[in-house]
Amino acid sequence: MKKVFDLDADYQPEIFEFNDKFKTSVKEIIARYPEGKQQSAVMPLLDLVQRQVAEEGAKSTPVYGGWVSRAAMDHVAKVLDMHKVKVYEVASFYSMYNTAPVGKYLVQFCSTTPCWLRGSEGIIKATTEHLGIGVGETTVDGKFSLMEVECLGACVNAPMVQINDDYYEDLTADSMTQILDRLSEDLKPTIGSQTGRKASMPCSGTTCLKEQAKKAGVA
Amino acid sequence: MLDDKDRIFTNLYGWESFSLKSAQKRGDWDNTKAILKNGREWIIQEMKSSGLRGRGGAGFPTGLKWSFMPKKGDGRPHYLVINADESEPGTCKDRDILRNDPHKLIEGALIAGFAMGANAAYIYVRGEFYNESSNLWKAIHEAYDAGLLGKNAAGSGWDFDIIVHRGGGAYICGEETALIESIEGKKGQPRNKPPFPAMAGLYSCPTTVNNVETIAVVPTIMRRGGAWFAGLGSDDKNTGTKLFCISGHVENPCNVEEEMGIPLKELIEKHCGGVRGGWNNLLAIIPGGSSTPMLPKDICNTIRMDFDSLREVGTGLGTAGIIVMDKSTDIVQAICNLSHFYMHESCGQCTPCREGTGWVWRMMKRMVQGNATVEEIDQLFEVTKEIEGHTICALGDAAAWPVQGLIKHFRPEMERRIMEYRKMAA
Ligand SMILES: Cc1cc2nc3c(=O)[nH]c(=O)nc-3n(C[C@H](O)[C@H](O)[C@H](O)COP(=O)(O)O)c2cc1C
Ligand code: SF4
Ligand code: FES
Repeated sequence: MKKVFDLDADYQPEIFEFNDKFKTSVKEIIARYPEGKQQSAVMPLLDLVQRQVAEEGAKSTPVYGGWVSRAAMDHVAKVLDMHKVKVYEVASFYSMYNTAPVGKYLVQFCSTTPCWLRGSEGIIKATTEHLGIGVGETTVDGKFSLMEVECLGACVNAPMVQINDDYYEDLTADSMTQILDRLSEDLKPTIGSQTGRKASMPCSGTTCLKEQAKKAGVA
Repeated sequence: MLDDKDRIFTNLYGWESFSLKSAQKRGDWDNTKAILKNGREWIIQEMKSSGLRGRGGAGFPTGLKWSFMPKKGDGRPHYLVINADESEPGTCKDRDILRNDPHKLIEGALIAGFAMGANAAYIYVRGEFYNESSNLWKAIHEAYDAGLLGKNAAGSGWDFDIIVHRGGGAYICGEETALIESIEGKKGQPRNKPPFPAMAGLYSCPTTVNNVETIAVVPTIMRRGGAWFAGLGSDDKNTGTKLFCISGHVENPCNVEEEMGIPLKELIEKHCGGVRGGWNNLLAIIPGGSSTPMLPKDICNTIRMDFDSLREVGTGLGTAGIIVMDKSTDIVQAICNLSHFYMHESCGQCTPCREGTGWVWRMMKRMVQGNATVEEIDQLFEVTKEIEGHTICALGDAAAWPVQGLIKHFRPEMERRIMEYRKMAA
């Protein structure tokens, strides 16, 4: 999947600047790295861009999600005293920087082997049918975009998806559509396992540390 | 089965809070100062006698690795970099440490950093682990507030800072030099070696990269002694406890801490409720994350899960991410899926990897259908051999091995598909 990287597209805004709230974070982040190594802050700053844009997008009609425009990359380059091209390179190399507009809720389906073995295809199918869009598309109201990604590092809780910052795990077609319904009303679904199991423990109950489990009120 | 008293990660499942107070109740941060008082040499010696081998995939002895860091300073700072990129399909253990037991990692970082003369550690967490990074940051702030990090960390006289750096969604950044490039604010493309990171790593300074689990077991090894850790496991080269991730076709997929060298069958039957449909319904497993060649059922019957037992049968322990496949699995598709993964994740720097992974995927797609000739199975094998060992980093090997494993163990199935496709076409 090649990502869209079109610096002259119509959707590119004229300007971007960090607002006051985000400016404070920018300062904090740059201070994490040794003096003269401020280029290290490029990834966290691109992430901040997406967060600020997502906040703006939540208040617009139609809504939209966090993405990184050309203006934003140029702004980051200025803040970090980097060549613009170096920032473009980073933004296009890493999959988490959306270089074109996306929906408010970016649904990322994991379909790598462990998730595939446990039915990720059914989750994708249930979602595309429920929302009436395909993978790679965005709903007309700007609420949802769908994307297929590689292993998200939660394989024992397969099948799973990531939506914005959160993981939803141990999915079935039913639980997936319920999550979508809640999000379409801007309600917060339960994150993590949808079967109620704790993290990565066996769903039939723990096989070790039973004393501790009892003490914690789990078993 | 591993005794509960020998388990290191008692909060793996997050039954209790990850907070400092809870962690201290579980024994973390108990007189860390006294551990550091023993000095650098003592710590490294204790690590060597524990027999701990890196938990990031390659299994390199940790104590030895730390001893590569220059003893005498030449004015350059030293860095500890902790690899929390966790992107090898089948692997999801470090995530549990980050979100449920972060203080083990933080305390381990201080001890490891001190032992290699580093005053700072960067923890590189895969970008998608947003909530996990937040827990980790919270735990780090608690440690600063309690005087366990920062100036005179834990009263040891050693200054130590920890910075969390989030990745951006690129598997290749798990490779240690790509990870370093990424922290420096560049594309994550592996560097040519030498120089090795111990000589010139992050910001061209002496650097050691270790996996999350490797660092998180350090405090317990210090408290209970290298000999205790070495007393667990199969032999003196395969020691200690290990986090296993068991995904795919088992009744109860889970992460669990077990003794190194536990027989695969015991692991699956004790902790995962068995293979779906019973042990005889097993087709094959991938033992150590997607990069390791698969094993067919007959080897699975008796195999022990440790570095050397798995190497003997032509595969590896890798990250101990076990992917279980029962007889309903389209085994060619399962590997084709991984070939897509490696093609997608190649950083594009080396021609054999960039071009080869695409070739392999396209050939594998035809193998799934059977739309190929029997000779092309040999060609496919040849292509993987052209990639293996001819690239800057081990991603090339990782792309080659799963396909080689498929051909080695399931060639008859590949041939059967080709025959069937011919029959249909005729
Ligand atoms: C393509 C590739 C991806 C890797 N991904 C990871 C990873 O996600 N986490 C990790 O700890 N090591 C990963 N490694 C291994 C690291 O390069 C390095 O060997 C390891 O972090 C060293 O830590 P250890 O000695 O504690 O095992 C990867 C290696 C390669 C070639
Ligand atoms: S082997 Fe592949 S991933 Fe590794 S450096 Fe070469 S092109 Fe990049
Ligand atoms: S394969 Fe889906 S989380 Fe790993």
